[in-house]
Amino acid sequence: MFSAVFGSVEQGIIYAIMALGVYLSFRVLDFPDLTVDGSFVTGASVAATMIFFGYNPLVATIVAMALGFVAGCITGLLHTKGKINALLAGILMMIALYSINLRIMGLTTDSSVGRPTIPLFNTESLFSKFQVFWSTLGIDKTINQFLSNLGIEYLPSTWGTLVIMILITLLIKFFVDGFLKTEVGLAIRATGDNKKMIRSFSANTDTLVIIGLGFSNALVAFSGALFAQYSKVADIGMGIGMIIIGLASVIIGEAIFGTKTIMRTTLAVIAGAIIYRIVLGLALRINILDVGDTKFITAVIVICALILPQILEKRREKKRKSKRLMERWAEKDLMLKKEATGVAEAKTNQ
Amino acid sequence: MLKLKQINKIFNEATPDEKIALDEINLHLKPGDFVTVIGSNGAGKSTMMNMISGALIPDFGNIEIAAKDVTRLPEYKRSSMIGRVFQDPMAGTAPAMTIEENLALAYSRNKKRGLRRGVDKKRRGIFQESLETLHLNLENRLNAKVGMLSGGERQALSLLMATFTQPAILLLDEHTAALDPARAALITNLTKTLVAKNQLTTLMVTHNMQQALDLGNRLIMMDKGQIILEVEAEEKNNLTIEKLMAEFQRIRGEKLTSDAALLTV
Repeated sequence: MFSAVFGSVEQGIIYAIMALGVYLSFRVLDFPDLTVDGSFVTGASVAATMIFFGYNPLVATIVAMALGFVAGCITGLLHTKGKINALLAGILMMIALYSINLRIMGLTTDSSVGRPTIPLFNTESLFSKFQVFWSTLGIDKTINQFLSNLGIEYLPSTWGTLVIMILITLLIKFFVDGFLKTEVGLAIRATGDNKKMIRSFSANTDTLVIIGLGFSNALVAFSGALFAQYSKVADIGMGIGMIIIGLASVIIGEAIFGTKTIMRTTLAVIAGAIIYRIVLGLALRINILDVGDTKFITAVIVICALILPQILEKRREKKRKSKRLMERWAEKDLMLKKEATGVAEAKTNQ
Repeated sequence: MLKLKQINKIFNEATPDEKIALDEINLHLKPGDFVTVIGSNGAGKSTMMNMISGALIPDFGNIEIAAKDVTRLPEYKRSSMIGRVFQDPMAGTAPAMTIEENLALAYSRNKKRGLRRGVDKKRRGIFQESLETLHLNLENRLNAKVGMLSGGERQALSLLMATFTQPAILLLDEHTAALDPARAALITNLTKTLVAKNQLTTLMVTHNMQQALDLGNRLIMMDKGQIILEVEAEEKNNLTIEKLMAEFQRIRGEKLTSDAALLTV
């Protein structure tokens, strides 16, 4: 149980960066961007290919991010300059990226032009690099000792991955928060909120959509690059349904933690990604369900996340209304009583 | 300040639905002019506004703003010089963003947007100061989302946002039409103050004849894509609704009919 939740949290935090990307396109820009399914794999395949060739994992990850940015920009161009419907532009980019990703990974083999999988065992990764530093601190031992004293059996081999992921994700979160408060950030938000208005304030909405989508997909590709290094494999199929996972995270997070401010919403999205993973992990522990059912469970989770908040809100409203009504009746009652006693007193005084 | 030369615009040309929206429009606004535009539905008022703002490109003719030919300049570039308030109170502001963020968007209208914070201490001070002039207590609600404001409040905010970078031209597109009489009066007064304070060259479309007579130093009447009447200064001060109606009848040789009834107060 503990190890299952632990693994879910680790994965959830990596996916959280992707979810932040989806938040940027889906919520901030109000653009349902399906590029995500492709750009996640682009991030993974670029990172894996470069690491395979012996590049520094950090360099590989940054290049992956840059290519994600380019992919997003192209979707933006298709939509704004090519006047292609938003959904269709994303799907076109996603399908094109499928072939491109095969080609990118194909660079690592001479036997064919495309390659569907690159295993990354025995290679360096951002995590293995951090691990070297982390293990000198000896924190793992302390925590695990403490946990085993609590009676928890299956202990994780290291807490380093979790710690560095939390650090990276929080860094990205604060970066996104800050960016959305800059002049350009405000203009991007206004583009998603009221295009006509922001155009009348001298902003080129086309450029803003393109930059916004680039930024969004850079985060998605970054997440893909990290996930490939975490799971030690880049696979052409790893992006299938990624947009739904991103949406699930955004919707779950928003429903539970609210959207009062940007800072709160981005935190909610991160939490949503983790919660989604935990729920999925727990669901898969049910015996009749198989790993292949993952996508089905995801669909069910998203449907629940979309419908449950409505029901809860309706109920809350009903409660609020009836409570307030009772209060008002009580107030009126009190007033009447006061009046009555007032009249009685006046009479006795006479 | 604003020159329209021989502006022509036809919609659905060479089809049975062809409509001549603007027919040889010539108009010249001097700096500080406040022109009110009246005319029945379909007279071409909104088309003219969209032409000036850049939302539409004329089929023929030139538009100059501040001695610069802007005929082919895209809307987003032109709007650094043009403030605009729409009829729909929802149209001029971003509802999911806060009051101060909306003001920040307006504030950077004529500057290049960069990675500077949109709202900093200094700007917040400026925003607060200008909000105080509205007397709507908005200066104490800087972090309220604009979607929570009433229509009147939003329209007042739109007007402030449109004017406070002192654009070369201010376009008001029936900006009080969607409000109740009390709110409309408030916005009308506010318009008067803000235009006078910033000495803005203004073009205001209205369906309310009284408003057209009360505001501004010039009045033009449009019909079927043409400017059929121009009244200025002294003459405008002596104008009444009855005189205007009579004038229309004299020029067009017909009574203001059904949809022109909208013109009355």
